[in-house]
This record gives sequence, structure tokens and C-alpha cells, in this order.
Amino acid sequence: MMRKFLIASLMLGTSLSAANARTTITWWHAMGGELGTKLDQIVAAYNASQDKYTVEATYKGSYPETMTAAIAAFRAKQQPDIVQVFEVGTGTMMAAKGAVYPIYQLMKDTGAPFDPKAFLPAVVGYYTDAAGNMLSFPFNSSTPIMYYNKDAFQKAGLDPNTPPKTWEDVVADSKKIMDSGAAKCGFTSGWISWVQTENFSAWHNQPIGTLQNGIGGMDARLTYSKDALLVKHWDDLAKWQKSGVFEYGGPGGGNDAPPKFYSGECAMYMNSSASLAGVVANAKTFQVGYGMMPYEAGAAGAPQNSIIGGATLWVLQGHPKEEYQGVADFLTYLSSAAVQADWHQFSGYLPITMAAYELGQKQGFYDKHPGTDVGIKEINLNPPTDNSKGLRFGNYVQVRDIIDQEFQKLLAGSESAQDALNNVDARGNDLIAQFEAANK
Amino acid sequence: MDTKRTIFRHRLLPYFLLAPQLAVTAIFFLWPAGQAVVQSFEREDAFGLKTTFVGLANYTALLSDPDYLNSLKVTVVFTVAVTLLSLVAALVLALAVDRMIKTATGYTTLLVWPYAVAPAVAGVMWWFIFNPTIGLMPYLLEQVGYHWDHSLKGTDAMILVVIAASWNQISYNFLFFVAGLQSIPASMREAAAIDGAGPAKRFWTITLPLLSPTTFFLMVVNVVYAMFSTFATIHATTQGGPAQATNILVYKVYNDGFIGLNLGSSSAQSVVLMVIVIALTVIQFAWVERRVQY
Repeated sequence: MMRKFLIASLMLGTSLSAANARTTITWWHAMGGELGTKLDQIVAAYNASQDKYTVEATYKGSYPETMTAAIAAFRAKQQPDIVQVFEVGTGTMMAAKGAVYPIYQLMKDTGAPFDPKAFLPAVVGYYTDAAGNMLSFPFNSSTPIMYYNKDAFQKAGLDPNTPPKTWEDVVADSKKIMDSGAAKCGFTSGWISWVQTENFSAWHNQPIGTLQNGIGGMDARLTYSKDALLVKHWDDLAKWQKSGVFEYGGPGGGNDAPPKFYSGECAMYMNSSASLAGVVANAKTFQVGYGMMPYEAGAAGAPQNSIIGGATLWVLQGHPKEEYQGVADFLTYLSSAAVQADWHQFSGYLPITMAAYELGQKQGFYDKHPGTDVGIKEINLNPPTDNSKGLRFGNYVQVRDIIDQEFQKLLAGSESAQDALNNVDARGNDLIAQFEAANK
Repeated sequence: MDTKRTIFRHRLLPYFLLAPQLAVTAIFFLWPAGQAVVQSFEREDAFGLKTTFVGLANYTALLSDPDYLNSLKVTVVFTVAVTLLSLVAALVLALAVDRMIKTATGYTTLLVWPYAVAPAVAGVMWWFIFNPTIGLMPYLLEQVGYHWDHSLKGTDAMILVVIAASWNQISYNFLFFVAGLQSIPASMREAAAIDGAGPAKRFWTITLPLLSPTTFFLMVVNVVYAMFSTFATIHATTQGGPAQATNILVYKVYNDGFIGLNLGSSSAQSVVLMVIVIALTVIQFAWVERRVQY
């Protein structure tokens, strides 16, 4: 009996090691729902396309959960090869020299074909070091756009093909929509921090911090409260919330915002261009239109260009060489025009290479789906300035929480917009100073 | 006091028998607690690549941090509210069941049921009921002219988490109160009734004093529960918001440590919590147990 068992386990062992001839590469990501399904398809296609490597993609929850899981795993020496980290985690990841394997280095060491110039500058700029080296691989980048309910516009006597251009238009249209009963509220928004704060400043070419919004060094500090337009915008949002023009969708990504739009309660919805898959899947009872983010009429230099959000793939140190060979191979596959164009067209994430964008044009995708290239047009609207390249601060995950908390206090009427943004600066700069001290 | 003494023939045997439990305690309690104490004196980056000793800096930073002081205040309000609500509600239910003769066991079973529901599940359930967009309660409250919005109003959020956290705990308290009531001799209440004491008088002068051991025990248990075991409830409902109105100490430890990756401050906060637990335990053993009327 025992002998039989031994033989059986031996045989099992050999058959397993035969399968193990393929090197396994682990990838932790934060793509749930429709995006997660698509990502699994991409991984399955890669695994089927060659016989040397098997990529194992694991969903680890939200962006902060995925990032903290990977960091905890690194401390316990159980880290994955690749981890998807959202843009505000960039400061933390970049400072972790010795923990991350910079992409440019990885590609050089493994000899994989790699041309940094093939990527869109507005996307890659966010993730390069001072010397212009690419540190992480921009897998999914998005930018805020406006979705609107064409049926509600029509019902209110507005042109369903002309989305509002300025914030004044947004309010005027909202009032018409609400008065006509086409919808209960004008607009809602995901990501108050990213959409209505960071991007608002970039879109109006205003700084949110010193030293090129923190890209210039770790001693940079926040200056949100000095952006007069932003103060006015927060003040407006609080007023609009009272009059019903705007409905708050909650902190963080704003979980309550999408249902308000899907159900027809709010006629407009500002969120990531990558909310597209969700919008297409859920907004079934009406026609959806796409527009650029509104700007303040008369603001000099607006609109400038929007900044990106989303996430990049970071490669972590501490794995055998052959795994990194596979990582490089997989990343090359991910950046190929066909995969990128497919991912971009399905999800609404920006194509990260020019080739993928051009492929989409050749396929006639943008003609068939008007509005899906709004995000690309936004980030490429003007050459990025120091105020619109992006932002990079340590502990920024918590700073985002602070932005949400102060915004909630503003909406609850317990402080003014100026006070709220003063507090964001004061509390945020404390955290940024702590990060600087811990990473010196 | 009489204690039974067991004589072991071999001197090492008792230690051997204790070893598994001691190992579990050491690995899962003492070691992490020790780590927390060590880390509370350090400043470290997220990946653990650079560590510096900073002395008491993490503690002094806490005391001057308005967020921490706010969290302390929130915790006190929350703990008192949960303890009061769950004790009073459980006592009322237990008294009601105590008066039943035939159906008591049926009601007891039903009332204990919520305790079997995992806190996270209960949290999600309350989150649904009170959700400003899709929930039933805000809709009903709107009919009576109250605009419920726990995503913006701190008081609404506090009420929500207090209800959600108490709901489970009521079952637990109820069970102890029922047992406590059963151990009160019926003859005492009957004697008082013959002397002309009404139901209210009997409750205040006989039932409540005789229940005091149970009540004091439950009070400590509930305070500990509200302070330390309500993480899942908070996480599933408000996540400490809005604007930190429900950010109790335990949740802040999680947020600063696991989301913010500020391990030094998070450890210092854990150590403060540890001190509070030790103090509560000492109070329970040294003070409450002696003063209670048996």
C-alpha cells in the first residue's frame, strides 16, 4: 500500500515538473469586474502564445489593497514578480530603491526589444525619473472625461450632440435639465481628489505644489490653497450640492456616483475614461455622449491638458533571473499594438503607444464609436507644462484621504472652501515631510 | 478558597502539557506585541529598507495630532453609546422573555440568532438599509421630513455604526441576562409582591441589584467589544468617515498602518491600545469583581 502511494506520488512529481518547465510569473493586480475579465483573457492569450512562461494573474482587491499587499509580501520575502500600483503610489515606489527593478534596467539586462520613444509622452512622463529613465510600465492610464445622458439633454430641449464646454454651461444645462424634469440632478463625479482637484488645476494650468508638483524632488510641498480658481471651484461645488445641481458620490473613487448616472438620476457624470466599460455595460436605458472636462470660462490658458491616473506595473526585486526574462517577454507582449489597442478600445484606458492609437484609427474604431478618443485628445491638447505633467508626492495615498475628508467638511457646511484647502495643505505637508524624513 | 491541587509525578510534565498553549501565545500574541513596541520607537519606510530610531517621537506626535485626539473622542462616544444601547435593549428583551412561560425558548432562539451573523455581513446589511441612494431607511425618514445622509453628516454616520455594532451584541448580552434572571429566586420577587411592591419597584430593588454581577461583567465585555472588535462593522459601513466622524482608534491603527504604511505611528497607537486593554482588565479583576453585590 505504502509503496503504491510512493510510486504514485513520484509519478505525480515528475508530471508536475514537466509542467514546471514553464516558468511561472506572478502578477498581482487591482482590476475587478469587466476589466478583470478582460485582463484574464489577455493573460490567457499570452500563456497560449508561447510555451516558456506561465503568467499567473491574481486579483488583490482595490488599488491601495493591492499595493499594501505587495509591500507586506516584500517585507515577508513573498513578493510577486509584477505588481500593479496606482499613480499616487508612484512616489512611494520610486523611493524604494532596492525593492523595485526599474523597467529600463530590466529591459537592458534581459536584452528585450524596448523603445521608450514608442510610448505616449504624456503617459510615460509621469513614470520616469529625473534622468528620463522609465521606471514602471504604464499598463492602464486614464484621464477624467465627462459622460452625459443624451436622452435627458434631448428632453430638456438641449442639443444632445453638444456637451457643455465650460462650468457655466454645466450649471445652465443642469438647471434646464432639472427644471424640465429630465433628471433630478445635473451632475455627479467620481474621484473628487483626482477629477475635481488635481486635474482641475492641471486643466487650468495652475500648480498644486512646488517643484513641478513634486516631480523635482522630495522637498516639494503642496500649494492647493494658493490656487484661487480651485478655491472657487470647491466653493461652487458646495453651492451646487446645496441647490441639487451636483450630487456627491462619496469619498475615494466615489462608489455612489456611477449608480446615480446609470439610473438616470444625474444627467452628467465625470469620471475616468476607463469607466467606459462600466458605463457601456450599465447605462442601458439611454444614449451616452462623451465630452471633454469643463473649464472656467475666461481663465487664461484653459483648457491646458489633463493629467493621467490609473496604474503602472512595477517589477519587484528578489526573483531568479529566468523569471525576469519572462517578465520582460510578457511586458513586450503587453505593449504590442494589437494587445494595447484591444485593451484600450474595450476599457477606455488610453493607448500607451502611438502604434496602438494609430491601429485604432486604421481600424476605424473612433469613427464607429465617436467620443471614445476624448481622453486621448485631452491629454494631448497642449504640450504639458510644469503644472500639467503630473504630480509626485510621498504618502500621497493618505493625502488623497485628507482631500476627501476636507471636502466632506466643506459639503457638510462646517468650513469654507479656503479653509478646507488650507487644511489639505497643512495636513498633507505634514505627511509629505514625514515621508521625506523616512526616505532620506 | 478551596482549590483542587493536582500532583504531577514528573516535574517537567506540567510544562510539557502547557507548551502548546504557551507556544501559541508567544507566536501569535507576545511576538507581534513586542514587534509593535519596538516599531513604535522607530521610523521606517514602507518597504522596511531604512529604519531609524526616533525615541518617543511617534508618541509625542500622537498627542499633538488633532486627528488622533478626535479619534479618541469618537471612540469614547462610540463605546459609551454601543455599551448603553446593547445593554439596555438586551435587558428589556430579557425581562420580556422572562415573563413568558410557554414561548420563552422560541423567542430566546430567535433573539440569539443575530449573534451568528458575521460582523462584516451585518455591516453590509446595515449599509444597504441606510444607503442614502438605494436604502429603505433614508426613504422612510424622508417621508417624516428628515434628510438622512451618513456619507456627509457625521452624526448620522455615528448613529449608523452604533446601531450596526450594537445589533450583534444585543444577542450576546440577552443570553447572559436571561441566564442571570433565571438565577434570581422567584420567592424573593413573590415576597416583595405580597408586601405590595409594584413591578417597577421590584425591578429596581430586587432584580437589578441581583443582576449586577452579570451587568458589570457585560459592561466590561461590551466596552472591550466596542473598542476593539468593531473593526469589521466600521470597515463595511463608513470606513471611518465622513471626515473621520467614525474613525475609532482601532480603525485608525489599520488606516495609518496598512493603508498609509506609516508603521511607526501605527505601532505607537497599538501600544496605547494595549495599555488601555490592560487597564480595563485590571479594573475588571481588581475593582469590579470586588464591589459587585453578590
